[in-house]
Amino acid sequence: MSKTKTTKTGSAQVPHENGRTRPALRFDRAAAYAPAPEASDIVTIKARQGHFIDGEFVESAEGNSFETINPATEEVLGEVAKGSAEDVDRAVKAARKAYEKVWSKLPAAERGKYLFRISRILQERAREFAVLESLDGGKPIRESRDVDVPLAAAHFFYYAGWADKLDFAFGGRTTAPIGVAGQIIPWNFPLLMAAWKLAPALATGNTCVLKPAETTPLTALLLAEVLQQADLPPGVVNIVTGFGDTGAALASHKGIDKVAFTGSTEVGKRIQRTAKARHLTLELGGKAANIVFADCALDQAVEGIVNGIYFNQGHVCCAGSRLLVEESVHDRLIQKLEDRIQTLIVGDPLDKNTDIGAINSKSQLATIQRYLQAGVEDGCEIHQSRRTLPKKGFWCAPTYFTGVAQSSRIAQEEIFGPVLAVMTFRTPEEAIEKANNTMYGLSAGIWTDKGSKIFKMLSQMRAGVVWANTFNKFDPASPFGGYKESGYGREGGAHGLAAYLEVK
Amino acid sequence: MPRLAIPKTYKMLIGGALVRSESGRAIEMSGGNVCRSSRKDVRDAVKSARAAWPGWQARTAYNRGQIVYRLAEMLEARSGEFAELLGEGGGAEVAASVDLLVHYAGWADKYQQCLGTVNPVAMPYFNFSFPEPMGVVGATANRGLNGLLEALVPAITGGNTVVVLADDGSAIVASEFSEVVATSDVPGGVVNILTGLQSETLPHLAKHMDVNALVLTDEPQRQSVLEEATENLKRLVVSAPGRSSLEQIRLLQETKTVWHPVGV
Repeated sequence: MSKTKTTKTGSAQVPHENGRTRPALRFDRAAAYAPAPEASDIVTIKARQGHFIDGEFVESAEGNSFETINPATEEVLGEVAKGSAEDVDRAVKAARKAYEKVWSKLPAAERGKYLFRISRILQERAREFAVLESLDGGKPIRESRDVDVPLAAAHFFYYAGWADKLDFAFGGRTTAPIGVAGQIIPWNFPLLMAAWKLAPALATGNTCVLKPAETTPLTALLLAEVLQQADLPPGVVNIVTGFGDTGAALASHKGIDKVAFTGSTEVGKRIQRTAKARHLTLELGGKAANIVFADCALDQAVEGIVNGIYFNQGHVCCAGSRLLVEESVHDRLIQKLEDRIQTLIVGDPLDKNTDIGAINSKSQLATIQRYLQAGVEDGCEIHQSRRTLPKKGFWCAPTYFTGVAQSSRIAQEEIFGPVLAVMTFRTPEEAIEKANNTMYGLSAGIWTDKGSKIFKMLSQMRAGVVWANTFNKFDPASPFGGYKESGYGREGGAHGLAAYLEVK
Repeated sequence: MPRLAIPKTYKMLIGGALVRSESGRAIEMSGGNVCRSSRKDVRDAVKSARAAWPGWQARTAYNRGQIVYRLAEMLEARSGEFAELLGEGGGAEVAASVDLLVHYAGWADKYQQCLGTVNPVAMPYFNFSFPEPMGVVGATANRGLNGLLEALVPAITGGNTVVVLADDGSAIVASEFSEVVATSDVPGGVVNILTGLQSETLPHLAKHMDVNALVLTDEPQRQSVLEEATENLKRLVVSAPGRSSLEQIRLLQETKTVWHPVGV
């Protein structure tokens, strides 16, 4: 229906209202921007970095390491230690010792002061963190600068203040720290996820062993330098870099009292099955429905849809990857969406104009491409940005599919890339039915100008975060987490404290 | 010649009806025969619980509180009977059970305000979080009347529907309590009580994909269901001594957070 056709004169045609077509807008020529790259010389990456255990950087026991690359250029940024079971064991022992000897004996207000310090140093070194995050992970500098790093600092600042107020958060209930937390984080928001894990765990009096993702270990290791700068007692936070087997060794370690994991539903289930710890929180996959009613502010909704699925290359567990559009407004919305995605600038993550950066890794790109193929095989119509992509590095053009069936793989499975599945509905009941027709339940979006409809919809959608007339908003004070197979436990807000406390 | 007594056929509660096991099996107990539920009974009970859930969670919190209170009234009315059934210390246990019901009845329209928050986000958005029931809760009970109530009352007070597996030791108490539920105002399917062998039925409850959470009596029981219950990430709650009633309710609640822009 909205497929791009080419006329005899050679100009691309796209659908217009009432079944007519019009020439496609060519933003790549009309709105070319001069390059505006952020300088990367603020960052010095050591050729080889060790784990951060007991307050010091140490080599892995076997001396193994692996390379981390810049996904936008495929250039090697440096080597980091490859964690083994022995390294994990060392880190857990350091965390246990720090818990028993230091951290659990510290007055709560003092714990909080360390976190305030960490937050302040993060703000002071914000530029460094933003550049490094974009180099190692491929995300646009505008996002790492304006979202990831400030939110990470804010998260430490927010939880710092909770440290000496826990009794107030659980009125009538008694709480106690759990002990040593093993925390495994993904590659999509490397520093921010480290902050989401460490800040509440430390504020509530636990010590931590953190395992960053293999493709994005660098900002976590830079954070370790911040912890040293803040004089955080050795062993309170330990960081072990490595692959899935390192994470598995941590999650199933018998010296761990609590496992916090963010990642895929498949791995989350494996962790639930093998964890020895009694306390577990999982923040897993999603397939959020973004529901657009005909009575919404359509242009704002288009911005929300674009932000919902193309933010961070779609590497977002709560991405609005299923668009449910009220049938009567489908064609008009698709026309606007089509125009909008042609304006998105895909390219150098360090360029301040870039909207969409590099796909995080070669293997993730392959996964996304498999789903693009699956969408076409399932009979859906594919629409992509016509901009040219850089030659080197891992890239995926912003994509949406129309004519998608509920049963299609691209409507059911988490793609974790800039790929949107568009479906339609006629009644609110049908929209709810379709929105809930998934094993996931992390987030959802509603676009309508009618207040009562918002409340009706949000009360029936089985999702942990509902964005009404907005999408992909995050704040340390706002609890985040899933229903159903998107995991359990909350991160953020007063609710996030419970994940790291024994509550009676 | 003394009059011949009429012994009771003990039944289970599924979908609001008092029924015997579809399997036609029973376990012989000193007080009589109790139903030995089957996999099919478990499935029927989960189906009833799922069907009853939308209506139950949509009732006003005030109304749910009144219905839990009605359970207390009905149990109080039969307290002599239960005291006798429970044997030594039975009177105190029944009194404690009635008081537990009254306590939770009061929670029905209050825990939301203890667990809900308005979140001061650093953007022009109104943001709030509130608890929502998980859905269908499966539970095991093995400690008399009190254990049975601790397994099911926090769940239903919070808007969940339940399927309780009573072990053979408390089967008669559970069957009697089924009659209390059936004669109070609890809508059919909100509470389902099965008797029999937990070792037979728990695995089926644990692997049922339409069960959202399991309330278990101890850690070994959690370990025993872990593999199957993980398939759809059931929330696993293990009883712990000294846990407050509010925390019991919270553990069977999800948290939903809502964002909306502030502007004109």
